[in-house]
Amino acid sequence: MGMTITEKILAAHAGLDKVEPGEIVQVRVDGLLANDVTAPGAIEQFRLVGSQKVFDPDRIFLVPDHFAPNRDIPSAEQCKLLREFAYEQGITNYFEVGRMGIEHALLPEEGLVLPGDLIIGADSHTCTYGALGAFSTGVGSTDLGVAMALGETWLKVPSSIKFVVNGTLNPWVFGKDIILYIIGMIGVDGALYKAMEFAGEAIRNLSMDSRFSITNMAIEAGGKSGIIEPDEKTAAYVEARAKRPYKFYQSDPDANYEKVHSLQAEKIDLQVALPHLPSNVRSVYQINDVELDQVVIGSCTNGRLEDLRVAAAILNGKKVHPKVRLLVFPATQKIYLQALKEGLIQTLVESGAAVSTPTCGPCLGGHSGVLAKGERALATTNRNFIGRMGHSESEVYLSGPAVAAASAVAGRIVPPEEVVPPERWRDFKNKLEE
Amino acid sequence: MVFEGQVLKVGKNIDTDVIIPARYLVTFDPLELSVHCFEGLGEDFRAKLKPGSILVAEENFGCGSSREHAPIAIKGCGISCVIASSFARIFYRNAINIGLPIVECPEFVKEVQEGDKVAVSLLEGKITNLKSGKTYQAKPFPPFLVEIIRAGGLVNWAKKRLKKEEK
Repeated sequence: MGMTITEKILAAHAGLDKVEPGEIVQVRVDGLLANDVTAPGAIEQFRLVGSQKVFDPDRIFLVPDHFAPNRDIPSAEQCKLLREFAYEQGITNYFEVGRMGIEHALLPEEGLVLPGDLIIGADSHTCTYGALGAFSTGVGSTDLGVAMALGETWLKVPSSIKFVVNGTLNPWVFGKDIILYIIGMIGVDGALYKAMEFAGEAIRNLSMDSRFSITNMAIEAGGKSGIIEPDEKTAAYVEARAKRPYKFYQSDPDANYEKVHSLQAEKIDLQVALPHLPSNVRSVYQINDVELDQVVIGSCTNGRLEDLRVAAAILNGKKVHPKVRLLVFPATQKIYLQALKEGLIQTLVESGAAVSTPTCGPCLGGHSGVLAKGERALATTNRNFIGRMGHSESEVYLSGPAVAAASAVAGRIVPPEEVVPPERWRDFKNKLEE
Repeated sequence: MVFEGQVLKVGKNIDTDVIIPARYLVTFDPLELSVHCFEGLGEDFRAKLKPGSILVAEENFGCGSSREHAPIAIKGCGISCVIASSFARIFYRNAINIGLPIVECPEFVKEVQEGDKVAVSLLEGKITNLKSGKTYQAKPFPPFLVEIIRAGGLVNWAKKRLKKEEK
């Protein structure tokens, strides 16, 4: 019996020839991530272990992105703790505000996480790096603090579920719609403890940005990790960024999957998740008269260049509805700068959007876009739990950037064709292919 | 490790934003966090949170964020143990690491009523409903996790390992 890509990466990091689902292994880590919310706890636990030095100051990534730029005095104290620890330990990959980005967009962009890596992070969306053909998963502060001392951690080898998506995607449909569709199909615990592997022609045809949106939300189905076999697009993405060797793993043809789901891309409409679970998914065409107070475009799920291009393509020459606040958060400074160069930021600002420096703020109801009682938002983020974006009686709907941008114009949740003509998609697609 | 207490029930997919909203994540102090624990379930539910209670949840308890503040806040409320049909995986690891006793037993969750008095023996995975007298066998912890629990948590386990390596 062959192995899946996930099993191969875990075996390689455990120093074993073979691993099997259910087995607990001690694994070497290639990188560890923490942010301003989780690092303070990790640092405290690291000190309690009694270790003086982190296992490798080049392999620890510290990103103040949650309540940064500092929201208030207690958040400023947490960011300060993170910063002081980084300087004390000589941590090379500490990212200060102004050079910072949302962690799960930043680390791949900087070439810090690579194909074949095993990464753990004190943030649940650490599963994002699976889009590069890496194994990555979220842990808590204590697990991370101990790994900072030991350079390794324990993992239970997950069984894998495969999602094969073939066919051609419909206009304005991107990675986010695919993953929302899948979560709607299997539920928020449909992949509990399991590795989700995404394959098929429609996945191979996606950009890296869209692939990151998919693996980012594996956790929203309870998944331990999400992964896509690396190909020529992955190679093109990492070639210019990597500063150390990396390895492409592929699943064996006779690898064992707990289940294989076959999906047809044409059947995946633009998706919207209704409150209060990411699995509460409908096609946008089934939604009527849901008026909005706020629209958020950004986050570790959809704050990348492709997302901003889609939003700008729809908002070009349009105005945000008078009753709606549109907030746009490019995920990293590099994405922000590129969006400036391409004129996307100008388009967004002219439409009436507020464009902010990278931060997780609004996604988790931290700052810069918190909802009042009874308010309703549509966001390209990843969670719509009760109180996620503010008051426990506020509501969050989730979608991709196309529906979000169109809805900001309409003032209610609508598909793009309600605000832009079909030529808009044709022109956008032609531009993408250039 | 044996716990006895009255059952307080919650449903399925109780997420970490409901357990402790992100805006309060500026401390790791159990008591400070406990003030906002389960805010998303409303004040009527919060009034029922009594020290020594045993929280019983349906599937996927603790889904969502990796915040360790979630089990810390529950511990801060004085909840002695959480029994669920299933746990989200990061919450499961975090609970063990910070020493919040957790047990997985779907059969028990199905049959128990709110307010029942129950006894839980953690490492044996034995749950007794003291009202009905019925006993249940929970899903056992893998041997490696028993090692961590016996060591008194992951940090103590790692300390021992580092000492061994020094020798």
